Amino acid sequence: MSNVFIAFQKNEESRCIVDAIVADNPTATVNEQPAMVKVDVPDQMVIRRSSIEEQIGRPFDLQELQINLITLSGHVDETDDAFTLSWKQ
Amino acid sequence: MHIDLRTVSITPLRQTFDHIAARIGGDKAASRYIEATMDVQANANLHYRPTWDPEHEIFDATRTKITMRDWYAFKDPRQYYYGTYTQSRARMQETAEADFEFVESRGLADSYDEGARRTALDVYLPLRHVAWGANMNGAAMCAYGYGTAITQPCLYQGMDQLGIAQYLTRLGMALGQQGDLEAAKHAWLEAPVWQELRRYVEDSFVVKDWFELFVAQNVALDGLLYPLIYGEVEKVLTVKAGPVVAMLTRFQNEWFADSGKWVDACMRIAAAENAENKAQLAQWAAHWCSRALTALTPVAQLALGDKAGAALDRVASQLDARLAKAGVLTINA
Repeated sequence: MSNVFIAFQKNEESRCIVDAIVADNPTATVNEQPAMVKVDVPDQMVIRRSSIEEQIGRPFDLQELQINLITLSGHVDETDDAFTLSWKQ
Repeated sequence: MHIDLRTVSITPLRQTFDHIAARIGGDKAASRYIEATMDVQANANLHYRPTWDPEHEIFDATRTKITMRDWYAFKDPRQYYYGTYTQSRARMQETAEADFEFVESRGLADSYDEGARRTALDVYLPLRHVAWGANMNGAAMCAYGYGTAITQPCLYQGMDQLGIAQYLTRLGMALGQQGDLEAAKHAWLEAPVWQELRRYVEDSFVVKDWFELFVAQNVALDGLLYPLIYGEVEKVLTVKAGPVVAMLTRFQNEWFADSGKWVDACMRIAAAENAENKAQLAQWAAHWCSRALTALTPVAQLALGDKAGAALDRVASQLDARLAKAGVLTINA
């Protein structure tokens, strides 16, 4: 069993994205570094637009997460409503 | 000589301020909105009582009949503090400016249908004065209100309305000229069609309870005026003559959707606090919605003719639905 992970620059917008990931993925672990925040999840991570919008208090386009993205691992599946990383095929 | 490169992780001793930690339950990272809002207003060691109102302290929760255990329960779902508010409005302004430029550069105002132009100038321009009144009221709610969580967005609401007044002026200058602005002011002061609405606005200036003013301005008046003008009337104009007026009033449309989230949240939170609040809000809503409908009826007739009645019914139902969803019952005619 491998982790997928995603890493963001640490700022006000990525805070809301990380909070949304933690809310939707119960097995997530958050690793805080000086200017980076990294979230690891075993097997699969789902990032939902609606969850981010709840945290951030405004409409959010999922592609906005690319602005603060540092790196990620896993196979990517993107729709308008969910950004999924997984090692399953 | 051997040089050793290492990374050292320096973690802050504390994540946030003590008073924020007390509220969010421990020393966790807090958002800028929370840090800029919670407990910002002084609540102790206030200056001497105002000479113009010695019955109250400078910041006094008893200036309203609404009671709250914690006035900072009124968190803005949009999470606006000064930084995010100005960013949001700057973005909206860029869109509005682009739309004005689009209309002006293509001469769309000059070639606009004469009948629709007359409606736009006669109906939209006097609303500058209503918007100015809303700016006054937003400032009053901020001045006499209690707790930064709700007074902050009240001021933003007032500033937005000042911007809206300016956009209506620019609409007038795009579709008409200086004389039309003066004619609109004359109509506001003299023409029978506007006097009920003008009385509503002027009466709102002397409402002493700032939460009642919130209901009168943000819930009742704006809740009916915006769907009527920027919904019903705009649709008719677009069908008749194309989307020129819709483009020149883009800001108002986006703003109403945005500010509605905040207004609904405040009503919901106040009504859920206790039964007395709920009853008081229902009574204010019933009173001011009824007055607002009366005030807007001649305006709707000016804009829509015999279709006014149906349009007013639709916007009144919309507002009823919002109030029901917020848990405030209202008895609308």
